[in-house]
Amino acid sequence: MNDTAEILRMTGIRKRFPGVTALDGVDFRLFPGEVHALMGENGAGKSTLIKVLTGVEGVDAGSIELAGAAVAFAGPDQAQLAGVSTVYQEVNLCPNLSVAENILLGREPRRFGRIQWSRMRKRAEELLARLDLRIDVSAELGTLSIAVQQMVAIARALDVEARVLVLDEPTSSLDAREVEQLMAVLRALRADGMAILFVSHFIDQVFAIADRMTVLRNGKLVGEYRTSEITQVELVTKMIGKELAALDEVSERSAATGPELVATDGLARAGGIEPFSLTIRRGEVVGLAGLLGSGRTELARLLFGADHADHGTVDIDGRRVQLRSPRVAMNQGVAFCSENRKTEGLIAELTIRENIALAVQAGRGWLRPLSRRRQLELAAQYIEALDIRPADPEAVVGTLSGGNQQKVLLARWLATQPRLLILDEPTRGIDVGAKAEIQRLVATLSADGMAVLFVSAELEEVLRLSHHVAVLRDRKVVAQLANEGLTPEDIMATIADGGRS
Amino acid sequence: MTALTVRLRTYRPQRRYLPVLAALALLVGAYGFGAVRYPAFGSGQVVLDIFIDHAFLLVVAVGATFVILTGGIDLSVGSVAALSTMASADLLQHKGWPAYAVIPVVLALGALLGFLMGLVIHYFEIQPFIVTLAGMFLARGLCYTISTESISIDNPTYTAMAQTPITLGAGLHVSPSVVIALVVVAIAWYVLHFTRFGRTVYAVGGGERSALLMGLKVARTKVSVYTISGLCSALGGVLMAFYTLSADPLGAVGMELDAIAAVVIGGTILTGGSGYVLGTVLGVLVLGIIQTLITFDGTLSSWWTRIVIGVLLFVFIALQRLIARRAR
Ligand SMILES: Nc1ncnc2c1ncn2[C@@H]1O[C@H](COP(=O)(O)OP(=O)(O)OP(=O)(O)O)[C@@H](O)[C@H]1O
Ligand SMILES: [Mg+2]
Repeated sequence: MNDTAEILRMTGIRKRFPGVTALDGVDFRLFPGEVHALMGENGAGKSTLIKVLTGVEGVDAGSIELAGAAVAFAGPDQAQLAGVSTVYQEVNLCPNLSVAENILLGREPRRFGRIQWSRMRKRAEELLARLDLRIDVSAELGTLSIAVQQMVAIARALDVEARVLVLDEPTSSLDAREVEQLMAVLRALRADGMAILFVSHFIDQVFAIADRMTVLRNGKLVGEYRTSEITQVELVTKMIGKELAALDEVSERSAATGPELVATDGLARAGGIEPFSLTIRRGEVVGLAGLLGSGRTELARLLFGADHADHGTVDIDGRRVQLRSPRVAMNQGVAFCSENRKTEGLIAELTIRENIALAVQAGRGWLRPLSRRRQLELAAQYIEALDIRPADPEAVVGTLSGGNQQKVLLARWLATQPRLLILDEPTRGIDVGAKAEIQRLVATLSADGMAVLFVSAELEEVLRLSHHVAVLRDRKVVAQLANEGLTPEDIMATIADGGRS
Repeated sequence: MTALTVRLRTYRPQRRYLPVLAALALLVGAYGFGAVRYPAFGSGQVVLDIFIDHAFLLVVAVGATFVILTGGIDLSVGSVAALSTMASADLLQHKGWPAYAVIPVVLALGALLGFLMGLVIHYFEIQPFIVTLAGMFLARGLCYTISTESISIDNPTYTAMAQTPITLGAGLHVSPSVVIALVVVAIAWYVLHFTRFGRTVYAVGGGERSALLMGLKVARTKVSVYTISGLCSALGGVLMAFYTLSADPLGAVGMELDAIAAVVIGGTILTGGSGYVLGTVLGVLVLGIIQTLITFDGTLSSWWTRIVIGVLLFVFIALQRLIARRAR
């Protein structure tokens, strides 16, 4: 591979934000026909390196060369023109436009300046078909799940006549099947000579696809390695700078679960999820497993009153409740940590302290404000428990790295000390170390009597934590299994045969 | 067994069309009410008169629609329209310019003002509210530097535009201004739905940062919408001059609010990203028909128009919130 010239070379990149040095003399190179993983903990500077490359942020020092020529892009449009196509970490698309427009806007098929809508829809369908996704491309993007939106963002990047494809955590909301499809596409592109920069916290995925990796820690370059010459344990050690306590000792799931807390009977919403009956006991973790679009999030939203059920009943603590709104659910002690942190979760302009205090405050009513001291205590407690970085309660959430934002969102709901905690993809975009922390925390909370509904695309994670697993398929609960030695294969088999066995 | 699940759905209009349909329903309802109460109302000419009386507002509101779709606001439209009327009158009456030279000059002036405001809004990152408020004062001030008195216009081209009706048969007629306004609407509709620029306007309204990261030309689009709004305001001013054959430095005061009201009643959401220029047409017609109804009634003071518009605005904004909430 060394005989081909590198397509991209970044040298001595330095980037300071007020208060933090996000990148400190980082070198990075990328060859045509390789998949190169950029690795590091939350806040290591991966996304910043990508933003610096594509001109979203300026550099303080250092140089960038694309195919041998020095470049300094003024913005993503220029980077795209020069053949650098990027999927940024959060889904950055327009929810009010159709899927087709989100994929093609900026290079839509036109004749004499007139957009050719039918060709545009066809082209969008073709691009999605490459990712094995068949959806109505005229649908408004905002009505679709985060995972589908992520696929759409990838499809947009794939369409460009690009030499360099940059993917910042493209798989964070996807599940096994979509990831496999994406990997196949990436392999094909690699074979065509495309240079691919890939960021992910899923170590397995990285080892499956990457030829080479660059590790960052605290904004500094640790080193560049060939995948064939490094083991997973070595990689993680380089990322976190020390050895990781073994992941699997995470939890001895508490054996004893308490009395029933939540029981639904035939709860359903047309177009959302078919009637299901589910009970969650105190101290029990119930996992939801199912593929993309199987209704996991829809089920969770019903229990939080974020959507309204058309049929069925919910009992909490033996009493019938009408979950008319999230507010009612919160008063019943239900907390919901949404998968959609950008639009339903955090307020980017507020600080870590304010974001964490928000839900507690809402629960108390606005007439009884939480004292600043109490807010600081809460913030300090969760910054410590979840290892939020920077460990400054007054840092503005919008400036945090993706993974750290996710931790703040989680902290907000943990701080309300709910009776039922609904976690929808709580470890999305979170690094290996912190993921283990969060899993441990969930296990401790449930051992202390909290009921948890745990939704995740990562089956291993669901199985590690849950006492019971409800398996969904086609918006229907097809099986409820006690987790006694269940394996991901068992779950996949259950999904495949629709729970008939 | 994989049963083929064919879901039969009853027809439900797409959620995003609901505000526009509501405006249409309101319009039809108001017209029906008028037609039942006042026989003269039933003649088609009443509707055409609304177009004639509001052609300039329609043009201005179309410009405002572009701005509001990006999530911005333009408060300067009334003053810019007044300025363009004043400048027209001054150039025609005092400087003796011919009409074919005057009209392009005042249109360019309006576009230039909008362009400058757009630049300030985008590059200095100042709230559009503040910048266009300043633009509103500036343009109004410029009106007074031209003249503190109203000027009447007797240019033959302008009088011809004012007084030549275009007959449609069956005793119906419209003014040339109506044709111009409808052409503007048609162009705006085409631009918004069939050009890259138009779709970028929606994208910016849906999320400016996302649009930027998607590699769209956000700066150009934002500056352009204010330029378009300035241009439309100036054209509105010219139509106003055709309509009144005079120019008043105090003319079109409060027109920005009528324009914004029409846009909102027509279903465009103030935070941007959702709305239709045809909705704006309905919005202007709703304002017009309310005014006409109150005139027909004869006993109500014209201030009732304002009150009814105020109530309608509340209702429509509440409706939009409700729809937006349902969506999630
Ligand atoms: N706009 C900003 N203002 C201030 N600090 C920022 C800003 N953007 C990023 N940072 C800081 O820069 C550091 C690197 O952030 P970056 O987003 O690059 O991390 P990352 O490696 O992508 O992490 P993650 O895995 O969580 O996405 C973090 O400490 C973050 O708080
Ligand atoms: Mg990142």
